Amino acid sequence: MKQVEILVVGGGPAGLCAAINAAQAGAKVLILERDEKLGGQLIKQTHMFFGSEKQHASVRGIDIARILLDRIHELENIEILVNATVLAIYDDGVVNGEIDGKYVKIKPQKIIVSTGASEKTLAFPNNDLPGIYGAGAVQTLMNVYGVKPGNSVLMLGAGNIGLIVSYQLMQAGVKVKAILDAAPKIGGYLVHASKVRRMGVPIYTGYTVKEAHGNDSLERVTIVELDENWNQVDGTEMDFDVDVLCISVGLSPLGELLWQAGCEMKYVGQLGGFVPVRTEMLETTVEGIFIAGDVCGVEEATSAMVEGYLAGLAAAESLGYEMENLEERRKDYLNQLESLRSGHMGDSIRLGLDKVTVRSEVVKT
Amino acid sequence: MLEKTGVPTPQEIEEAFPSQERLAKGPVAIIECYQNIPCNPCYTACHKEAIKEFEDINDLPQINHDDCNGCGLCIANCPGLAIMVVDSSYSKDEVLIKIPYEFIPLPEEGMIVKGLDRKGKYVCDVKVVKVLKSKTLDRTPIISIAVPRQYMKVIRNFEM
Amino acid sequence: MVRIDKHPVLEFKRGKKIRFTFDGKELEGYEGESIAAALHAAGIKVLTHSHELKRPRGFYCAIGNCGQCIMEVNGVSNVRTCIEPLKEGMAVKTQEGKGGIL
Repeated sequence: MKQVEILVVGGGPAGLCAAINAAQAGAKVLILERDEKLGGQLIKQTHMFFGSEKQHASVRGIDIARILLDRIHELENIEILVNATVLAIYDDGVVNGEIDGKYVKIKPQKIIVSTGASEKTLAFPNNDLPGIYGAGAVQTLMNVYGVKPGNSVLMLGAGNIGLIVSYQLMQAGVKVKAILDAAPKIGGYLVHASKVRRMGVPIYTGYTVKEAHGNDSLERVTIVELDENWNQVDGTEMDFDVDVLCISVGLSPLGELLWQAGCEMKYVGQLGGFVPVRTEMLETTVEGIFIAGDVCGVEEATSAMVEGYLAGLAAAESLGYEMENLEERRKDYLNQLESLRSGHMGDSIRLGLDKVTVRSEVVKT
Repeated sequence: MLEKTGVPTPQEIEEAFPSQERLAKGPVAIIECYQNIPCNPCYTACHKEAIKEFEDINDLPQINHDDCNGCGLCIANCPGLAIMVVDSSYSKDEVLIKIPYEFIPLPEEGMIVKGLDRKGKYVCDVKVVKVLKSKTLDRTPIISIAVPRQYMKVIRNFEM
Repeated sequence: MVRIDKHPVLEFKRGKKIRFTFDGKELEGYEGESIAAALHAAGIKVLTHSHELKRPRGFYCAIGNCGQCIMEVNGVSNVRTCIEPLKEGMAVKTQEGKGGIL
């Protein structure tokens, strides 16, 4: 059986940052990534990131991935296995997974779960037609493989992902006919909304998809206005002839491994679904299992990276590794997280985190 | 309105612009960032300290237009592409607007293109004066367009 | 023009051009891209059908989560084609039924 000090499950922004900090502290780290490449969703982000210099603001996601991977490859005590899907965490702490088609058992001393989140969908007639894709799926198709999803697109969801993917579709030369969102206001950053608006794409707030039409694949979408009680208003229907409908209605944390490991989970709507109860240092209720990124609650990639750094420190510390300026660094990460979440856009995130974070003061008493 | 449509109101645009006197003096950055989001690269990009240091990263950028020389360093550094530079001293009838443009093909200098407003609606034809593309701009080219003076606060994009 | 040749930010480094079959029909794709991406570029969106109502299904998540893209590849059933890399000479088939594991 493979022995390792720290196992990082998931090599996206949070997992990479966790591995960097844990390895820099001296721990032997193994990253398991189920995709064939590290970097998670970063490798699809062509836009510049927000935040401050510490989170690589104004650098494009694809380039942040390169910066993090360069650091990972410099650290000799990080082992990377791709095409490696973790399947279970057992009571005796043994983790098993399928690595390159083989069943493998691993015994880590600590685990950092950074499995991310998956795209939600929405119920409406014919929502299973080919041509209706998750917005992230379209991003993968066009930004990783360089294949256009279709000729014309309707985007459902005016959150950051919906707005950003709309912009990226136009960069790839695909017509975006409109963006709609059931909410009465645009949920994403308004600067992203303005970017697509001045390219001539209308945004319909207070609208949802009534029905999709098509035989073997999508041909037309009917949208409808919602009243203040979110009921469809008859007579407000509009039709769009599109061959692609992108669904961007939020993400839900991929917490299956945490459930299985017995971590206490709570449903927190503001964080996207069931998320683990954790300390401020991102340890779950199962000792030795840490978390970072969207699995803790769906947020921006900037906070996922900072969470990763924090969890990496905490896991290495729990193994007894000594680090210079540990307290200072920890405080810095906590401050970064606090400021990223401090604005109005972070209101619901803060509310959600309050429900699942066991503050250190409480632990001491 | 902005949060329903993504289009700023004329008052919001008006407030983002400096005084007539400052405009008359030459190039100046116009920051159209109307929402508190955690982001400060405009401040770090500014060499003239015209954009004030952020107390909180969620603050709206505060620019002292008198300290800004319109160098445009902030344009390609703004992740929201929310900054443009306006040179109102360009000519008697036209102002020069420098905007970020991340699409292909890029226009050529001298080309007449369609000037668009903040809804993407055609306003009038405008001339491409300069196409700036460099490593520092990192795949966010800056296009200078000559815009009839009366549309200084209207035109914010173009298409070919 | 389903393939993106020029992009303002990205460069696509594609593998070598190879041939594979979809339900016996010869198609071209690039080595290493996902089977679903190669099929999409060839205009094929229907990858499977639902078990009960036989409704057409395409991929939804493109990261191996949702299972809407399963097909039979080189005789192996239930392959998630959105994450399975394309190889020279692959025989990709629409899967009938739930498939076996032998």
